[in-house]
Amino acid sequence: MSLLATNYLTPSGREEAWRFTPLNRLGGLHDGSVDISDAESMTGPETAQAGVKISRVSRELLAPESQSDDVIVSRAQAECATVFHVEISPGIEVERAIHLRRVIERSGESELSRVRITVGENSRAVVIVENSGNLVLGEDIEIVLAPHSFLKFVTLQEWDAPAIYAARHHAIIDRDATFESVTVTVGGSLVRILPTVEFVASGASAELLGVYFAKEGQHFEHRIHVDHAVPKAKSRVNYKGALSGDKAHTVWIGDVLIRAAAEGTDTYELNRNLLLSDGARADSVPNLEIETGEIVGAGHASTTGRFDDEQLFYLMSRGVPMHEARRLVVRGFFSEIISRIGDEIIQERLMVGIDGELAKAGQ
Amino acid sequence: MSTLDIRGLEVSVVTEKGQIEILRGVDLTISSGETHAIMGPNGSGKSTLAYSIAGHPKYTITGGSVTLDGANVLEMTVDERARAGLFLAMQYPVEVPGVSVSNFLRTAATAIRGEAPKLRTWVGEVKEAMSALNMDPAFSERNVNEGFSGGEKKRHEIMQLELLKPKIAILDETDSGLDVDALRIVSEGVVRAKEANNLGVLLITHYTRILRYIKPDFVHVFANGRIVEEGGPELADKLEANGYAEYVGA
Ligand SMILES: Nc1ncnc2c1ncn2[C@@H]1O[C@H](COP(=O)(O)OP(=O)(O)O)[C@@H](O)[C@H]1O
Ligand SMILES: [Mg+2]
Repeated sequence: MSLLATNYLTPSGREEAWRFTPLNRLGGLHDGSVDISDAESMTGPETAQAGVKISRVSRELLAPESQSDDVIVSRAQAECATVFHVEISPGIEVERAIHLRRVIERSGESELSRVRITVGENSRAVVIVENSGNLVLGEDIEIVLAPHSFLKFVTLQEWDAPAIYAARHHAIIDRDATFESVTVTVGGSLVRILPTVEFVASGASAELLGVYFAKEGQHFEHRIHVDHAVPKAKSRVNYKGALSGDKAHTVWIGDVLIRAAAEGTDTYELNRNLLLSDGARADSVPNLEIETGEIVGAGHASTTGRFDDEQLFYLMSRGVPMHEARRLVVRGFFSEIISRIGDEIIQERLMVGIDGELAKAGQ
Repeated sequence: MSTLDIRGLEVSVVTEKGQIEILRGVDLTISSGETHAIMGPNGSGKSTLAYSIAGHPKYTITGGSVTLDGANVLEMTVDERARAGLFLAMQYPVEVPGVSVSNFLRTAATAIRGEAPKLRTWVGEVKEAMSALNMDPAFSERNVNEGFSGGEKKRHEIMQLELLKPKIAILDETDSGLDVDALRIVSEGVVRAKEANNLGVLLITHYTRILRYIKPDFVHVFANGRIVEEGGPELADKLEANGYAEYVGA
């Protein structure tokens, strides 16, 4: 890819969407100063499965299904020559989870990426994106669920320490389809993900789950946006985060919009943050906009706090030492979400990683 | 043979309105195999006594001493006290989200015993303790105290008492909120633990009905942060008849 076009509005940092993000740590993804390589790091599984087609197609064959006012997403949409496409045929129950991983040729190189996941009518599948290694990556993932389909979409941000990842994970959900996502962010220097949902027909549901654990100096930002534009859709959002170490910073934005046409909407969003040390900062902003009163339910909750003394006391009163009690509490805090990944190996890897971070932090 | 010795214990809590004194000099000695009942009206400081012995951070010890077989309990951390042989069955057991009962019990047993119990014998041990308390085996997969009924919480506390085998146990209103059947089952658990381990018991209660199942050797009446009368089991009968009126307000 050549030089980036420059006719984008470069964010200044004062915009609502950018006010929490340290722009100078985005590696130039936001202002076009980044030197994009022609790397295409996303790769599919080695063994094929019936009903699953994985290919890289040219942009002309797969135009974006949605728009975004995010400058990095717009760039990816405009400039990527190819799209990584995971296509699940209609009427298929895909047996094994489809694992997508990064293969990185040169550590630290910069990339813009487009991914499309389409799930055919009446199909069921699990897709797990395992992000690791060192990249400066701007990415748009569009997930299109046909009527009556089901997709569990797991993304793991286990990037190396210097990595930068700015992405949109956008689900477009048709009639009576079910989208479940688990977003895990535990590695990288700066991770900024926009998990967004667009309901295009009634009867659809989306569950957006997430965990993040930011350590010293890391900036992890998740900006959820659920657009209830049609009647009778259901959404649930539950993100849990822990922070430990100086200047660990997390941002959680939960924008849920219930438009006038979205009668019968049922939505609830929740964000909990556990501060494990001084010097860390968790921003949490739930935001519910309701344009019709004819709904089933709409609510949100957000909490940020330290260890619960009563929980620690209870465990310690049974002989469990402080560090072990804290470990149990943190594991317990995350397990509600992590257990939903549904892959024992990944779940245990994440838990062991969390234990390791706690031990390092001397918790 | 173990002895928990409480001498002149004075305890305060810090509130928005400043430090308030709750325990005003408590003297009490409990030895292995003995059962002491502490009875007193609500708000008299019974739970404060229990929590202070267990080391809850909310309470400040302002005077007196607590020793277990001569060792200074007040200098120990909460977990050290438990490992030294003290156990508190709480009036309001705490929910620990995401931590299963089975994981919790095994972690606690490992800490108390100093080594992980052998998996095969441990599974049997837990099963036996649960069935003795009439608990559904599925219980062990639930999260600690989360969504437990009042009775389930108390059974869970007594199950820990039986598995962790302390020297001295403080039972803080273990009888409250239990129906007749649950009260009997839970009481039998306490009696089993006593017989199996020569446990010393400090039984805190508001009512006399649990004393039909767990016979006290000594009864102490608690009011306004101190022991105001002591006697044998007959004192409980007197309280049953007359209530606490003569001890409060004075
Ligand atoms: N954390 C606290 N903050 C303020 N007051 C407290 C606290 N803990 C106990 N108290 C007060 O101390 C007194 C004794 O309480 P407690 O020990 O719970 O009594 P009991 O168990 O006998 O009912 C009560 O008046 C109670 O309000
Ligand atoms: Mg009490």
